[in-house]
Amino acid sequence: MRISLFITCYNDTLFPETGKAVVKVLEGLGHTVEFRSAQACCGQMHYNAGYQTHALPLMEHFVLVFAGAETICIPSSSCVAMIRDHYPKMASRAGNPELGRQVADLLPRVFEFSELLVDKLGITDVGAFYPHAVTLHPSCHSLRSLCVGDKPVRLLQKVRGLRLVELPDSEQCCGFGGMFAIKNADVSAAMLSEKLECILNTQAEVVTALDNSCLMHIEGGLSRRRAGIKCVHIAEILAGTEPVSQA
Amino acid sequence: MTNAKEEIMRRIQNATHGLLERAREYDTISRNYIQSGTRDQAQRIELFCDRLRDYGSAVYTCQSDEITSGIANLLNTRQLSCLLVPSGFPAQWLPREFEFISDHRLTNEQIGRADGVITACALAIASTGTIVLRHSEEAGRRALTLIPDYHLCLVFENQIVETVPEGIRAMSTFSLAPITTISGPSATSDIEMTRIKGVHGPRTLDVLLVGGLNV
Amino acid sequence: MSVRVGHAAEAEDFPMAAKKLLQNRQLRDNLRHATDVIRGKRAKVVNELPDWEELRSAAHEVKEHVLRYLGSYLEQFEQKCKQAGGQVHWARDASEANGIIAGIIKRHGESEVIKVKTMTSDEMSLNDALQAAGITPYETDLADLIIQLGEDAPSHIVVPALHRNRSEVRQIFQEKMHLKDLGDRPEDLTAAAREYLREKFLRVKIGISGANFAIAESGSVVVVESEGNGRMCVSLPRVLITIVGIEKILPRFEDLEIFLQLLPRSATGERMNPYNSIWAGPSGTDGPQEFHVVLLDNGRTNVMADPESSETLDCIRCGACLNACPVYRQTGGHAYGSVYAGPIGAILTPQLQALEHSQSLPYASSLCGACYEVCPVKINIPDILIHLRGEIVKRGDAPLNERIAMKAVGFALSNGRRLSTAQKLARIVQRPFEHDGNLQDLPSMLAGWTTFRDLAAVPKTSFREWWAERGKGTGT
Ligand code: SF4
Repeated sequence: MRISLFITCYNDTLFPETGKAVVKVLEGLGHTVEFRSAQACCGQMHYNAGYQTHALPLMEHFVLVFAGAETICIPSSSCVAMIRDHYPKMASRAGNPELGRQVADLLPRVFEFSELLVDKLGITDVGAFYPHAVTLHPSCHSLRSLCVGDKPVRLLQKVRGLRLVELPDSEQCCGFGGMFAIKNADVSAAMLSEKLECILNTQAEVVTALDNSCLMHIEGGLSRRRAGIKCVHIAEILAGTEPVSQA
Repeated sequence: MTNAKEEIMRRIQNATHGLLERAREYDTISRNYIQSGTRDQAQRIELFCDRLRDYGSAVYTCQSDEITSGIANLLNTRQLSCLLVPSGFPAQWLPREFEFISDHRLTNEQIGRADGVITACALAIASTGTIVLRHSEEAGRRALTLIPDYHLCLVFENQIVETVPEGIRAMSTFSLAPITTISGPSATSDIEMTRIKGVHGPRTLDVLLVGGLNV
Repeated sequence: MSVRVGHAAEAEDFPMAAKKLLQNRQLRDNLRHATDVIRGKRAKVVNELPDWEELRSAAHEVKEHVLRYLGSYLEQFEQKCKQAGGQVHWARDASEANGIIAGIIKRHGESEVIKVKTMTSDEMSLNDALQAAGITPYETDLADLIIQLGEDAPSHIVVPALHRNRSEVRQIFQEKMHLKDLGDRPEDLTAAAREYLREKFLRVKIGISGANFAIAESGSVVVVESEGNGRMCVSLPRVLITIVGIEKILPRFEDLEIFLQLLPRSATGERMNPYNSIWAGPSGTDGPQEFHVVLLDNGRTNVMADPESSETLDCIRCGACLNACPVYRQTGGHAYGSVYAGPIGAILTPQLQALEHSQSLPYASSLCGACYEVCPVKINIPDILIHLRGEIVKRGDAPLNERIAMKAVGFALSNGRRLSTAQKLARIVQRPFEHDGNLQDLPSMLAGWTTFRDLAAVPKTSFREWWAERGKGTGT
């Protein structure tokens, strides 16, 4: 299968390892990965912050770039949620029926990374090896918008060497929320510290999620506490083939 | 006054423009929720009793020809002697050895002096353990079942429906009468979410479940 | 005429108020405990119903239908209520409603009223208005009594005193009820309230209530409650005044079959709340001889006017979104500066009163969606928050640095080439802030991040650069 990768702007810039891992996993499964270099951003940050007029051209650009793509893989559930939940409304508000049709045509081909593996490719065992105690933070968008359910858990359970530790109160938001983390920094930090308590209680070595945005926030807190726990996107775990060095 | 009404109506008129396409017509509202129950009468009764006990209400049973002795036993257990009944409450159900005061325009103070009140009800809903009082009919005036500290309610087995929709539909046939629905005794969780029974309504609610025919 | 929602127009911004409240350990413990308990109970009884989602959909559709035909349903309600012997008043805003109510009380020569919990009256600041007119209102809901005697403000729409624990309540009651030896078990405190209020229930001649639902077809009003104070207030006084927000209308009596399943399970986690009182007009020798309904707009028609957010009016005030909200659970209700706290408060308050007040409220959310998930009438609160943020930006009210940043970032993200340039630029700009791979003490808006968390520096190679290299056969 030919899979077109939408890496997302922040993964591209801040978390290139995640993108490399996605490529490795998909190619390892025998698929062809393409990267359309004109791609940039889905518009989520602007949209959620109230800058809907700025988000519109970003969406139009996205639609243009991925026109004709057979299958689109996105390693970020919040960006997928943006596309699924908001693109149709944006198109209709823009009063542009042609854009609406293009969006409707695009949506069935958009998959979050774990959805792609489990639903579209029908795979839970990607042959990974990752000898660590891992806990999963089910990010809000993956949970309530995409409703991915146990897909990430099923993928992680098949990873050799991996011990999955349950995260207490896992469905609580970590407090990231994009602009919220900045505009309401105090409340965001209070939410984060509860999440960190739960994570520390698991004694896991690694926290994973489908979203690097939440992980960046959690990692920022863990690092400030010198907790010695790493945050790793699920793709990087599924790309694991040998023990990662204990840096 | 008409001024305010006219202005509000005008504002509504202006505001509803954007809502036109989205909302459904009344008859096309999707009502795919459960409307009627599937239990037989015995199961319905069991569910109703379970729910009542869950609320901490006591349930006693008797047959329709034993109502008098059923009431007597209960009042003896509770050690009550002077009870109110709504006007029109069947006198043949009342045991002789207790004092009963029929409500003929009793004052709130008079009501407050009684040990409790006995009434029947219009219907009951099993799934929520709800008793429906139709006022000034079987259940008497509202104050009667409100001011005293004890309420004994007669429920006939064939008055029990299973689901809330069945109950509400039955209630809609007398929707102009004041109605009180009771699901367990009064309660509050306002202090540290600790459930405390008996705030202002009757602190004890007993149900006498009557088998056999409705009267 | 102007719309006021309690004292929300003068309230402090959410982030400032929240910052202070976050310091209050006791408050946060009380909050955590209370919301945990209600959430647990709610989850249990909601899971019991296999048709919960169908009920939610039906409720949403009924409410949306009502908004569309609100005018004719209000007319019908007025007509039926009058037919049943009730008197109907219309109030454009809070002060008009307060005037109507004070007028009725004065006409009867009374100077006291008993009240059953109504958030709408708090929205109207009715108690202040009555006191100014020489009338003493007695709150009879236990939590409202705690608030009133403690000269406090409600922090939750269902359990308004949830921020208080037993020893705080005891202290308030000891002082205000003059009970030196009062114990601090909830039983003792509840008994004290029963004692204190009983005399008022039997003596005071005028009752005031809100309404959970008003039925157009029959002119009926429904009050949902637990303690029995509602039954007392609506059936013992000689005169009853019921305040009904115009959005509380349901078309038919039978529609209660949906809402009386959703509301108690969502609000208190009960299959059914202990008491519902339903009546239409005065009823002979049973209950009040005079019945007034005050139909209140106070900004509701403003909310209706915007189809993007009008479903805010579908709210049945169950409070489930507050209990579910991770932000509310940290700060409590007072941070929202409004009688309506939590997610619903964050969307309702700024819409009722003009948006220039309470501009910080639409941002008081991480958009986690927990509110939408539990809302029994399926109000898409996150979407409405986003919409209101958009309105604030459109008005030009967002901070200047934010607007500039958004514009710049929007430009940088507008295509792959610009993004690539921006990535290179970021790696240069970050140099002065970089220490051991982390960025520290970032300026301006970004300080909100680095005060509490570390931020890894932008890596040397972006994904797109790696991909391009790889294409040339040198990537790994
Ligand atoms: S918005 Fe929904 S969940 Fe929140 S109080 Fe209203 S009805 Fe309940």
